[in-house]
Amino acid sequence: MTDFQNLPNIVESILFGAGRPMRLSEIRTLLGSQNMDVDLPNIKAALNTLEERYAGSSIEIKEVASGFRMQIKEEYGDCLYPLWNDTSSRLSKAFMETVSIIAYKQPATRGDIENIRGVTVSTQIIRSLLDREWIKVSGYRDTPGRPALYETTKTFLNDLNLKSINDLPVLPEVLPAREALDQLEAS
Amino acid sequence: MKSQAQLEFPQFKGEALTQLPDDLFIPPEALEIYLEDFSGPMDVLLYLIQKKDIDILDLDVSEITDQYIKYIELMDALKIELAADYLVMAATLAQIKSSMLLPQSEEEEDEQDPRSELIRRLQEYQRYKSASESISNIPRLDRDFFLATTSLPRFKERESSVEISSQELAAIFHEASIRPKFSAHHEIHFEELSTQDRIALILSILNKRNVIQFFQTYEKKEGKQGVVVAFLASLDLAKDGHLELIQNKDSNQLYLKSTNRGIH
Repeated sequence: MTDFQNLPNIVESILFGAGRPMRLSEIRTLLGSQNMDVDLPNIKAALNTLEERYAGSSIEIKEVASGFRMQIKEEYGDCLYPLWNDTSSRLSKAFMETVSIIAYKQPATRGDIENIRGVTVSTQIIRSLLDREWIKVSGYRDTPGRPALYETTKTFLNDLNLKSINDLPVLPEVLPAREALDQLEAS
Repeated sequence: MKSQAQLEFPQFKGEALTQLPDDLFIPPEALEIYLEDFSGPMDVLLYLIQKKDIDILDLDVSEITDQYIKYIELMDALKIELAADYLVMAATLAQIKSSMLLPQSEEEEDEQDPRSELIRRLQEYQRYKSASESISNIPRLDRDFFLATTSLPRFKERESSVEISSQELAAIFHEASIRPKFSAHHEIHFEELSTQDRIALILSILNKRNVIQFFQTYEKKEGKQGVVVAFLASLDLAKDGHLELIQNKDSNQLYLKSTNRGIH
């Protein structure tokens, strides 16, 4: 296997230019298409070299659900916020509640969401979640009306800097209804 | 069990409205903001409960119902379009309130506390509301952090330039200019033989004879078209299981054998 001295630079150029997460295997395929035969540990090593290189800078390599990407460290985001700030970065409570219920209960139908929230799920919220690619239709429940089943996507995790759905905050527990009722009766 | 959810208070004229006044008077201009801030009737209820700093389990339905209904009336008076779900909740509360006022007969003692279903739903909602607030606080792309990406360099031209001599160009032009002369009109003849008719014909023959040879399904004068239509009809029948197509290894004869399906 050829030893590529400038592999860190090549990997850097790919991540910098891609502007999205890249899997190690994706990077290997890309290099292979240019007749650069590199194996996965070498690419990982190149990423480590880059991490060291960026240690004192404003950028970093981050692993998220869809692979590795280059991003600006959170502590340097303040100045960029006014530059990029648009209305899309503000999400309503109803929007966040909807995606949260889908995330914890997936796959979930609109009915499941309505049962918990006690309010009709607006079509607009579902559409904008689909547009954002935070949720997708994973199938249809085999009940009358065949309602669509929604689940969260890798993009949702990527956008929250998470690697897996298990990295979400733990859903708080409550007293089971039975125990709650006993408490009621005791009081 | 204290509320796990961190309440987000609505803003009015730059100040957080941390509590509703006792008489539940809400500045009319602020009401719309309140409405937008609540994600539904469950949210309003939780707000009313938590504002009083009581546990959901100690829910005084009577008092909360009165507050909730006042709230709804106020919104209605201000001609704010109320989602039907708010009214459903009001009805639910009123029903629970009334059934709590009724004296319990001994037979009904085993029945559930009328509040239990509402409490269960409030607790369930509170779990997800709280989780959704935690998720909202997770650093988010394009709000709290940003991608590092650069504009792409100019790529080298990959396509090699086309080389063509003036003679070749002239030849191509000549060929293109005479092309319109090649056009001619064709009259399209519609099929005279129909596959449907042939299917019916083959079925009627197979009704009388169990096995026939393929060449018996068309006439010589029908020509190529006849063979094609007969073959299509045979395939169609074989697909639907009406007949089997059989061919011996050493012979090039094709036989159609009736499966007698749907006939006997």
